[in-house]
Amino acid sequence: MSAVTASTGMPTAVSKGAFDVDWRQIARTGGLLALGLVFIALTGMPVGLDERTVIEPWLSLGLLSLTFLPFVLGYTVGHEKVLEGVAAKAKGARDVVAGAAVGALGGLGLSVLVVLVDNFDLRDPLVNWSPQLVEMLSFDQSVGFGFVAWIAISGALGAAGGALHVLPHQVRRAVVAAILAVLLTAIFESFLTDVIDQLEFLYASRGGLTNVWAVVVFVVAMAVSLSGGGEKLGERRAAYQAASGPAKNRQTALFIAAFSLAMIIIPLVTGKITQELMANVGIFMLLALGLNIVVGLAGILDLGYVAFFAVGGYTTAVLTSPNRGPDWPSWVPTLDGPGGWLIALAVTIVMAIFAGLVIGAPVIRMRGDYLAIVTLGFGEIIRLLFLSDWLGGYFNGAQGITNIPSADFGIFEVKGTDPRSVFYLVMVLAAISIYISWRLEHSRLGRAWMAVREDESVAEAMGINTVNVKLMAFVVGAALASFAGAVFSAKVGSIFPTSFLILVSIVILVIVIVGGMGNIVGVMVGALGLVGVLGGPKQPGLLQEFSEYKLLIYGALLIWMMLNRPEGLVPNVRRSRELHQDEFLQDAWLRGEVDRDESTTEAEASANLADGLGTNGGAS
Amino acid sequence: MSHLLEIEQLSVTFGGLHALKDLDFHVDEGEIVGVIGPNGAGKTTFFNMISGMVTPTAGDIRFEGESLIGLDPNQVTQRGIARTFQNVRLFANMTILENVMVSQHCRAQQNIFGALFNTKGFKEEEAEIRRRGEEILGFFGSRLVGYRLEQPASVLSYANRRRLEIARAMATRPKLILLDEPVAGMNPMESRELTGLIGRLRSEWGFTIVMIEHDMDVVRDVSDRVVVLDHGETLAQGSFEDVSTNPAVIEAYLGRPLEDRAAADRPMEEQS
Ligand SMILES: Nc1ncnc2c1ncn2[C@@H]1O[C@H](COP(=O)(O)OP(=O)(O)OP(=O)(O)O)[C@@H](O)[C@H]1O
Ligand SMILES: [Mg+2]
Repeated sequence: MSAVTASTGMPTAVSKGAFDVDWRQIARTGGLLALGLVFIALTGMPVGLDERTVIEPWLSLGLLSLTFLPFVLGYTVGHEKVLEGVAAKAKGARDVVAGAAVGALGGLGLSVLVVLVDNFDLRDPLVNWSPQLVEMLSFDQSVGFGFVAWIAISGALGAAGGALHVLPHQVRRAVVAAILAVLLTAIFESFLTDVIDQLEFLYASRGGLTNVWAVVVFVVAMAVSLSGGGEKLGERRAAYQAASGPAKNRQTALFIAAFSLAMIIIPLVTGKITQELMANVGIFMLLALGLNIVVGLAGILDLGYVAFFAVGGYTTAVLTSPNRGPDWPSWVPTLDGPGGWLIALAVTIVMAIFAGLVIGAPVIRMRGDYLAIVTLGFGEIIRLLFLSDWLGGYFNGAQGITNIPSADFGIFEVKGTDPRSVFYLVMVLAAISIYISWRLEHSRLGRAWMAVREDESVAEAMGINTVNVKLMAFVVGAALASFAGAVFSAKVGSIFPTSFLILVSIVILVIVIVGGMGNIVGVMVGALGLVGVLGGPKQPGLLQEFSEYKLLIYGALLIWMMLNRPEGLVPNVRRSRELHQDEFLQDAWLRGEVDRDESTTEAEASANLADGLGTNGGAS
Repeated sequence: MSHLLEIEQLSVTFGGLHALKDLDFHVDEGEIVGVIGPNGAGKTTFFNMISGMVTPTAGDIRFEGESLIGLDPNQVTQRGIARTFQNVRLFANMTILENVMVSQHCRAQQNIFGALFNTKGFKEEEAEIRRRGEEILGFFGSRLVGYRLEQPASVLSYANRRRLEIARAMATRPKLILLDEPVAGMNPMESRELTGLIGRLRSEWGFTIVMIEHDMDVVRDVSDRVVVLDHGETLAQGSFEDVSTNPAVIEAYLGRPLEDRAAADRPMEEQS
């Protein structure tokens, strides 16, 4: 059964019959699909998002939430690892069959669900077990129709997913790009029309891409991809990564300049909604940049990072609002005049550093899991302190502090009703944060953080005061979080203990992990992708429709990332080395970079020996 | 004259096991002392105690006249004692250059503000740290420099990892270096070369060295004095010749004279 052709010795693809598929794998994936679809149906997403059209009139976001999965799993079931030197199995009809089978199996899950929902009443434990679900899943026809339809639809989608394998690599990429382009143009309708009013023509009056324009977008995206648009981008990136020295610096500078310019211009042309969104993204970006120092650079898993955000927010509020608690002595000023916010910010930073030291000192001597749990506790303790009656005279407990004035710089006022001003302020602070992160990462402190992350006891044996170094990370992180807190209170105008729930810590952490721990660009991408698209803990994102399912999607995304790309979207070089050491070493070995043999020659060794021992008189 | 390192009545127990018992030991400036003994004799534990990673249950360790008891490992390193690890423990995902740069941490002065404002002092110090790092790596020939500087330590061969461990210890600018089995896993040629380098560590760099080693050739070639540990106690001390003919030592080494062991460890072509 050797597939190696005698003439070249190279393995070739083994062709197989259409039904020569791995049925166990299909059963497993199909079962998974069925469970996934039923789960999604029962979360209420299909019904809840049915009103939002993606493509007029036949595809709603609700329907999409069910139909994307058969397609994706139909593709993945045919995905086989190709091992070096082992003949790959030829792609062909069998992939389509496998995809269709998986899809049909998954569809069967939904079909059964339709029948069950129609005949039994389980609304009590399952809130979304409703007649609407039946209606939606049977396309307003009979239940029998729905039953058959789902097997057919899902099977067809699975087959389509499987068929991707048959396409040549480039075409496959183009198709995927085109599908994504259509979906993204449809989903980001409100954003796109907010930025460029003229784009309205793409969409139907009730929302959703029109059929014609969907086809146009599809074709255009496909053409762009086929003409090598994506490849050129990839080449540019590779070239940038390979570059070094002044050339690279110049490119980096160019990129930063272009990016900054875009950040200045975009808010000028967009509407309020987008500006608001960008301001929220900015605040979370600030937080994530700070946490990135703690988690990404120093490797301290801090689950209570929100504590510093809270300290920052409350300090600014106390210093600027006339409505702070009554117990403050009169020498604590109310800085609500022009420039007051800046002074408050300075005090806020000092307070955050102090908080970082106070919380950090007991926590930092712990390692690993213990440290994570304790920080989690401290995060809650700080919030409960602000909520408590004991400090109620200072922080008003659950009533919070209201009437926080906007940040008045005299010539420029940053207030919540003008999200663009907030965005600009946030961007200035983010630039400062990025600068700080970047400088510190490339200093001896940054190196020490790296060493601590790699092996704490060895780092200590090499003369690094690990307690100091880790505390420093904590303190810098706290200071950066306080930036966000200060902006947040000026923007929102009122803060409450519930503004600083543990959920905020989790969301920031997810941003850092998904974006790419230890990578500044990654963290920014993470903030934009998660808070911008899905929304923050309380802030709506671009996909406002998803806000109910936001946390569900966050969780799913986190799990998916951990399984498939633990280093994040834009990984830090070292981190990916750590996580993929085997592959990295294999690559390096293939490139001939791993040293195999020693070059020591007999003569060299003897010379060295004579050298070393000769000069000190020797011991023997 | 007082010794550079002086150890008195040092003991440590691990849950009833006397890993070290009433150990007396000293090193003078400029000496190379070999520490030998069967497996589990307590040699590594001895190093762990000097470097502050294990706290002794009794006894005193004095370095340059000051007690090291109760100091953290980083403080011990700061005082001027560096070590390598028997089971090579490099910062595997940091580059080779970073490995030697990071261990100069305790000798650097610049604070966080220097880094933030990229001051002249900061830039000079960074350049100096880098220069020193390259100089130290250059000590091992061409293996750890050039394009290797920017490669992660994980791509290094075993022997080169051991060399980098020594380089990292050198970078802390110590007075005393503790080498834990520096040639373990090296072939005879490599270990001869490294023996030479250990000699040069003293003559060129001025380090005082305590070395744990199982390879008797290396111990004989390089040590001024040998200490034999067994079951946590000093069995014998003195020149290699004295120690290797000491009946108690021979007894500890399964009744074989050390010279035989050394000969047996040597490959065939070298004996001819
Ligand atoms: N942290 C520890 N906890 C408990 N027992 C320990 C600990 N460290 C060492 N030991 C024990 O102390 C004894 C001495 O160990 P040590 O590692 O010092 O031996 P060694 O002389 O270095 O041996 P080798 O030649 O194999 O390296 C051993 O029995 C070991 O199991
Ligand atoms: Mg040992």
